[in-house]
Amino acid sequence: MTEPTFLALLIVLVCIALYALLGGADYGGGVWDVLAQGSRSGKQREAIGVAMGPVWETNHMWLIFAMVTLFTCFPPVFAKLSVALFVPLLFALAGIIMRGAAFAFRGPATRDLLVHKIWGVAFGIASLLTPFFFGAAVAGIATATFNWLAPFSIAVGMLAVTLCAQLAAIFLCAETRHQLQDDFRLRALIVTPLVATIGLVALVLSRITNQVIYHGLEHAWPAISVAMLAGTLVFAFCWNRKFLIARVFAGLEVIAIVAGWYLAEGPHLEVNLGLKIIAAPSVTIVTYLWIALAGALLLVPSLWLLFSIFKRKVVDA
Amino acid sequence: MEHLLAARAQMGTSLAFHFIFSALGIGLPLFMILVEGLYLKTGDRTYYTLARTWSKMMAALFAIGAVSGTAIAFELGLLWPVFMQYAGGIIGIPFSMEGFAFFIEAIFIGIYLYGWERLSPRAHWLCSFPIALGGAASGFFVVCANAWMATPAGFRVRNGAPVDVHPFVAMFNPAWKTEVAHTLLAAYIFVAFGIAAISAFKYLRGESYGTMHAMRVALAVGAIAIPLQIITGDISARFDAHTEPVKSAAMEGQFKTQAGAPLRIGGIPEVSQERVLYAIEIPKMLSVLGFENPNAVIQGLDSVPKKFWPPVVFTHLSFQAMVGAGFTLLFIAAWWFLVERRRNAHSRIFLWAVVVSGFLGFIAMECGWMVTEEGRQPWIVYGYLLTRDAVTPSPGLGFVFAGFTAMYLLLAATLAWLLIRIDRGALEPR
Repeated sequence: MTEPTFLALLIVLVCIALYALLGGADYGGGVWDVLAQGSRSGKQREAIGVAMGPVWETNHMWLIFAMVTLFTCFPPVFAKLSVALFVPLLFALAGIIMRGAAFAFRGPATRDLLVHKIWGVAFGIASLLTPFFFGAAVAGIATATFNWLAPFSIAVGMLAVTLCAQLAAIFLCAETRHQLQDDFRLRALIVTPLVATIGLVALVLSRITNQVIYHGLEHAWPAISVAMLAGTLVFAFCWNRKFLIARVFAGLEVIAIVAGWYLAEGPHLEVNLGLKIIAAPSVTIVTYLWIALAGALLLVPSLWLLFSIFKRKVVDA
Repeated sequence: MEHLLAARAQMGTSLAFHFIFSALGIGLPLFMILVEGLYLKTGDRTYYTLARTWSKMMAALFAIGAVSGTAIAFELGLLWPVFMQYAGGIIGIPFSMEGFAFFIEAIFIGIYLYGWERLSPRAHWLCSFPIALGGAASGFFVVCANAWMATPAGFRVRNGAPVDVHPFVAMFNPAWKTEVAHTLLAAYIFVAFGIAAISAFKYLRGESYGTMHAMRVALAVGAIAIPLQIITGDISARFDAHTEPVKSAAMEGQFKTQAGAPLRIGGIPEVSQERVLYAIEIPKMLSVLGFENPNAVIQGLDSVPKKFWPPVVFTHLSFQAMVGAGFTLLFIAAWWFLVERRRNAHSRIFLWAVVVSGFLGFIAMECGWMVTEEGRQPWIVYGYLLTRDAVTPSPGLGFVFAGFTAMYLLLAATLAWLLIRIDRGALEPR
């Protein structure tokens, strides 16, 4: 693989990692929205809405970037995945559409109405299903036959959902205070061990069902160890109410999982799965890299501006 | 439903749906600049109310536009994987750039919509500019990619695969200028006359707060845009006659290659008889319009085998509808500019004409899109890849089409309801 090709692949992976992190937190927020209960459920939903409101569209851009980079720089891979993973990607798309629409329809203008409640249910279901289908699809890539319905793939799908919930809970701890914060802390403390459990189940299944990815794990142990350590630290810092630090390790956990996936998969993607990373002409890739650089120079200050304006709001119970 | 037809129906519906929101994403930010700017300049509280109401609407519209755009990005691969494999490395660059333009737009919409109380009035107003620029830039990039499909450039084919790729030659293919100008103006016209129409309609129903303010601003924009659009339309049609003759022949109902061909206004093509029925024909006019020469030869559909003919009836009728709507809009704009503009009270006939103009802007935009997409058929990359060779082998597309259509209808209905509700909520002056 030439250097530009590797850089383009790296961009795809970075976009996937950022989507898992930021979009994942978004989906997780939706999970907690549908699972909100108790006397403070309304306030919980409000906190989620406040945290997500200004940034949810930008959070989901990373998926678009991953896709566009893939079809610009690795068109045959994009084509092959579009056919092999047609069903889960289609359902994920339906979830994304319903979720975005629900966001529009659940604003202040429709509060206390049936529309709000119906689209709330749609929002919750979509927030649960979309990460599941993406997780199963990604796991499908890791199998020899793109089997997104294998037990291993299902486990990874569930792992994706719980990871999203974990991310959201940790993020929301730092965005709330007093009793609301306690609520989200409790959720984070419950769901973090759940992530670990499902992760282990997925690992065991990959061994039992002799998945390709299991054989690649020897390359991925550093990343998986980091993920496990980070998860443990997330729990510890959350327990001690050090939520901002917990947030950092939650991010590290997700990035480590994505990296681990690639490290385990990478050598096999080209050979064992018949998924050759055939790239676009080098002129396209090099052009794309320059555009990505120019775009990043525009984007980074804009994103910084967005987050600095809005990420100081705290919702009280 | 037949496989290819289901795929085309699915893509076409998604595109027609998304087009509306893309156009709003291009045109509405311009109006935010104008009304918020007018508020800052005049202090007239009405403009502030309009700005806040419209920005709530823009939030909802942008959200639906974003997800419908995501649908397009997915469907390019899910429905047309062969096309993406062929074209991705050639035309992916403008799509990448569009991603960045949209991202900037999304960021500044977030700042704009949620920052009313956090930014100074002037800073807030300035944030509307990147939204408008991002929207126009997104439109520019996507239309360049679409233009490439009709006038492919920047590559050669060896052993059935593209080689010698030059991404910027592909992006700035022969049709880019005309298609970009004409499409961007179409978006501004759709939004301008749409706002004018809704305002006029509300006024006619007795809701006067802000309606005439909105209508005046909207008609001013429309009155500038529509004459420019007639000009770009003429340039585009002449370009098509030179460079996309088969599409042009379908548009104009020109079955047989002919010197001194007439312009056919209206009419219904009868493909089996290879002629257009009931059209108003102006002798030699098509040759004049296309080549500035009354005896110029106009290429007919007979210059290519019938299997390469676009859907003639659909293309011709769409083209005629677009042109008819466009000229009617020009008339209404002239009526505004020359007569009604200086009046304090408007005649009811005029206001109803403005209401109609909203539909005309929509018809012109969607029909124009149909002309370009259907006029290119049966090719997905003109002269290189047929649409039917580009479709996915995945089954069940009929169900997918039915499911997604139902979803889009649900979205459209709920959105319309929401927008009306937002509008009513702002009736009380702040």
